[in-house]
Amino acid sequence: MVNHEALNCERVWREISNYVEGDVDAALRSTMDEHFRTCPRCASVLAGTRNVVQLYGDERMLEVPAGFSRRLEKRLAKKAAVKGSGWSSWSAWLVPVAALVLIAGTLWMTSSSRNWPAFKSQHAVPAKDIPPDLVVVVSSGAKLFHVPGCEFIHDKASQRSMTAKEAMREGYVPCPRCLRQYLKTGLTREHGEDAEAEAVEQGEVLRTAGH
Amino acid sequence: MVLSDVVNNPGQAGGTREQDLILSVQQGQHELFYELVRPYERRVYAAALAILRNEHDAEDAAQEAMLKAFANIRQFRAEARFSTWLIQITVNEALMRRRRQRTVQMEGIDGHRSGAGDEESEYAPRDFADWREIPSEALERKEVRLRLAEALGTLDRKYREVFVLRDMEHLNIQETAEALGITVASVKTRLLRARLMLRDLLAAGWEQGWFSRLPFEKGNKPW
Repeated sequence: MVNHEALNCERVWREISNYVEGDVDAALRSTMDEHFRTCPRCASVLAGTRNVVQLYGDERMLEVPAGFSRRLEKRLAKKAAVKGSGWSSWSAWLVPVAALVLIAGTLWMTSSSRNWPAFKSQHAVPAKDIPPDLVVVVSSGAKLFHVPGCEFIHDKASQRSMTAKEAMREGYVPCPRCLRQYLKTGLTREHGEDAEAEAVEQGEVLRTAGH
Repeated sequence: MVLSDVVNNPGQAGGTREQDLILSVQQGQHELFYELVRPYERRVYAAALAILRNEHDAEDAAQEAMLKAFANIRQFRAEARFSTWLIQITVNEALMRRRRQRTVQMEGIDGHRSGAGDEESEYAPRDFADWREIPSEALERKEVRLRLAEALGTLDRKYREVFVLRDMEHLNIQETAEALGITVASVKTRLLRARLMLRDLLAAGWEQGWFSRLPFEKGNKPW
């Protein structure tokens, strides 16, 4: 039993929150009740404390920013879509891997096409040191470009002149005979491979010419 | 009247419905999760705001907490209240962000309460002998809600967090202690201090005209 005489205002203030919580024993509650009846200040503190609890405990005190619900619902829907798409199955890794392969392939092709034109001959190897402004000739249906007067120009009637740079841009490759010197300096192939390439080119020339 | 009289717990009100929703989501009906958490949106946001004190950060933390709850819904066990579980995740998320931000803000209420930051010291409430209750209808006015929120915002962080979780989120004392990683005794001490300081601030607010357009203004002040 708490001695009422000992229950001064300071003690009441210390216990007032527990009192509001209902977290004091019956004896203390009874003593505090008596104190509130006789002490206007403590009664005021009690009323104010209850008022605080009631006001702040009201749902209306909890407001969310405009659009909060919409944004939350959107994020959850996105997450639910991912979660519901079977990420735990074997296809979970297949899709991103396939996407990566596709992206890598595209990048590789883009990179390749940036450095190397699409050659008219699948066996062609580009030359590196041909002067870009060198005047060369190409002809209809052929895959090579030549120095003017080269005896291996196919269909001389349809030949036209351009620079080596333009010819390469259009996919023509150097004639391995009249422009052999550039092939030698431009390629890194071994001699045997060079000869093989020449033979291939010759064969193509012959096939193109209808031999 | 005890505090439990004023506690509003939407989770208990629709307990069965909520349990059904939880089970459905756990079994894969993910589209129902928003319906499950919608009643707690405001409480989750308020918990994050109490800790972070920045609306943008609070929204981000609250939504991230919801996403984490969604991702871990299978781990939820029925012995806990869903709302408590959700608030706990939110508090953890907000505390983690605050640690990350490493911002130390000096906070405190008015100078006449210079000892307010020391929870061990006694706090003497101001003498407003004629206190009467502010009617809850006052909360219909946005201006009043704003003033109350401002008053709450002036509290030192440690008092504000306990007050929000206990008196606004309606966690019990033990849950509040666990959420914040402090003792039950500290929760009680801080809660007492927070309530008394807010009581004084609200009373002072009357003097400053916060509630000046309330019906009982004319010749009938609350104290």
